[in-house]
Amino acid sequence: MKKVIGIMCAVLLLAVGLTGCGQSDAQKLYVYNWGTYIDNTVLADFEKENNCKVVYENYASNEEMYYKLKSGNANYDVVFPSDYMIEKMIKENMLLPLDKQNIPNLKNIDPKLLNIPFDPGNQYSVPYFWGTLGILYNTEKVTETVDSWSILWNEAYAKKILMYDSQRDSIGIALALLGYSINSTNTDELNKAYELLVQQKPLVLAYVNDQVIDMMIGNEADLAVVYSGDAVYCMSENDKLAYAVPKEGSNQWFDNVAIPFTSKNKELAEKFIDFMCRDDISLKNTMEVGYTSANQNALKEASKEPAYDNIAYNPTDDILARCTAYQDIGQFIASYADIWTKVKAAQ
Amino acid sequence: MKKALRNVYLYIMLLFLYAPILVLMVYSFNASKSRGQWGGFTLEWYRRLFMDSNIQSALYYTVLVAILATIISTIVGTISSIGIFLYGNRVQKLMLNVNYIPVINPDIVTGVSMMILFAFMSMRQGFATMLIAHITFCIPYVILSVLPKLRQMDVNLIEAAMDLGARPMQIITKVVLAEIKPGIVTGLLFAFTLSIDDFVISFFTTGSGVSNLSIYVYSMAKRGISPEINALSTLMILTVTLLLFVINKRNNKKTKITGERI
Repeated sequence: MKKVIGIMCAVLLLAVGLTGCGQSDAQKLYVYNWGTYIDNTVLADFEKENNCKVVYENYASNEEMYYKLKSGNANYDVVFPSDYMIEKMIKENMLLPLDKQNIPNLKNIDPKLLNIPFDPGNQYSVPYFWGTLGILYNTEKVTETVDSWSILWNEAYAKKILMYDSQRDSIGIALALLGYSINSTNTDELNKAYELLVQQKPLVLAYVNDQVIDMMIGNEADLAVVYSGDAVYCMSENDKLAYAVPKEGSNQWFDNVAIPFTSKNKELAEKFIDFMCRDDISLKNTMEVGYTSANQNALKEASKEPAYDNIAYNPTDDILARCTAYQDIGQFIASYADIWTKVKAAQ
Repeated sequence: MKKALRNVYLYIMLLFLYAPILVLMVYSFNASKSRGQWGGFTLEWYRRLFMDSNIQSALYYTVLVAILATIISTIVGTISSIGIFLYGNRVQKLMLNVNYIPVINPDIVTGVSMMILFAFMSMRQGFATMLIAHITFCIPYVILSVLPKLRQMDVNLIEAAMDLGARPMQIITKVVLAEIKPGIVTGLLFAFTLSIDDFVISFFTTGSGVSNLSIYVYSMAKRGISPEINALSTLMILTVTLLLFVINKRNNKKTKITGERI
């Protein structure tokens, strides 16, 4: 018995000792990013260049990050919110304005990605990755041209269609097909979108999240709604797949770097943002992640790769002209959530 | 015929239990990142696993929190059980009911309330808060597995020990703890598995770059889970299997020597 207690004490001491050390005087930068959304080696580069320690943590959704910040006892210096979340966080004073003089590499960012309505003048955020929402389809099974969302309502593909389990994206598609804005806050329009989605439900194989990637590569479905970045990866794994952005218009999304109000080291955080905008670092990140870089030089360089030389990775201006960003719709999001729950519960 | 049926049933059951694990292990050697297709054999994911500092730090925190939470909650839980046991019937019942509430409470309620408590106390979320949370939800299980053993113990043993001149400390270590040892071990194992498995409570109580494996895997949900996780799971399963094997072997040896089960 004494032996057991002895061993317990030893382990306890050892463990406490281990957590105790490793704390150096170097500055710490707390980075909170999406899971697998960076080339991990660039963090080590930043640590070396700035003699600091990057404490890196991941999240799976904007909302998760938002609530962690809201809870009040987090201390992140850099976060990566999407477009509508940036808008919401600006409204709620959760972001610190950027001092652009400290971010000279902002010049590398494609001007067409700057000054978007969710953050006019990019006072609070710098785009990191961006892309579109579109249809990924199997060219062996789908021989007609894919240029409209209406193909997702085509009975010829019954039980071969995958939709995103995401309220904004799925309702947005129905709204776009009806000719309404994807940021609609009109109850009538939403109700029509709801009816359309219920009508589509018997044709849908499943409402999925990241499973869509494996299912499309494995030829389990013919048509799927995907983000362009995932389409790039799917097409590189399965050459029968192709990507299209429907003519009715779609969503252009932006994941951005920003400094939340919890930051205690804004100077280092700005250095980090500047570092992320550097050409070589942007290129490393986009090659690792496969999403479209906001850095125009990195995008040009990456597009030389065969896997990245397509409209999913590098959409034409034509496509972008018919895409809009999501806006924060405030309290109205509850109606979206309500509709989406009803669609999923419908028989 | 009857025997054959019984065997078939058994094998089907085992298949259901182990098929997912086998598939996971096989796919840790898949050259393609996708689970939709087999791209040939590779050890790339294992190489990447050993280079990936994020996964390593997640594994480190998972194991560290599990070990610390297990040890502390076992000690605290055992002492509490002895205390509860020595109370009168009514207080004992009350204490037991109080102990049941955290067990029945859904994890998410425990997690959120802990988060609010830490915010209220303006404790910065991180390693300490996660550890405290783990210790908290492990203690009731330790009490639940130790208390029945105390009840089974013959109380006269304590008096007998006193009669024979044992000092109070000796009574505790040589009599009481020796009698309830199986309960303590059960509680210890319970606490360890609960802690290493936990996602919900950890999710709400951690921060400052500290995340355990389950949180790390969950954060990959947006872009698909990397096969590195398959590789890591394979290694963990092999470790546990090896441990079980060694323990069983040792037990068998002991049984042979002493001629009885332990």
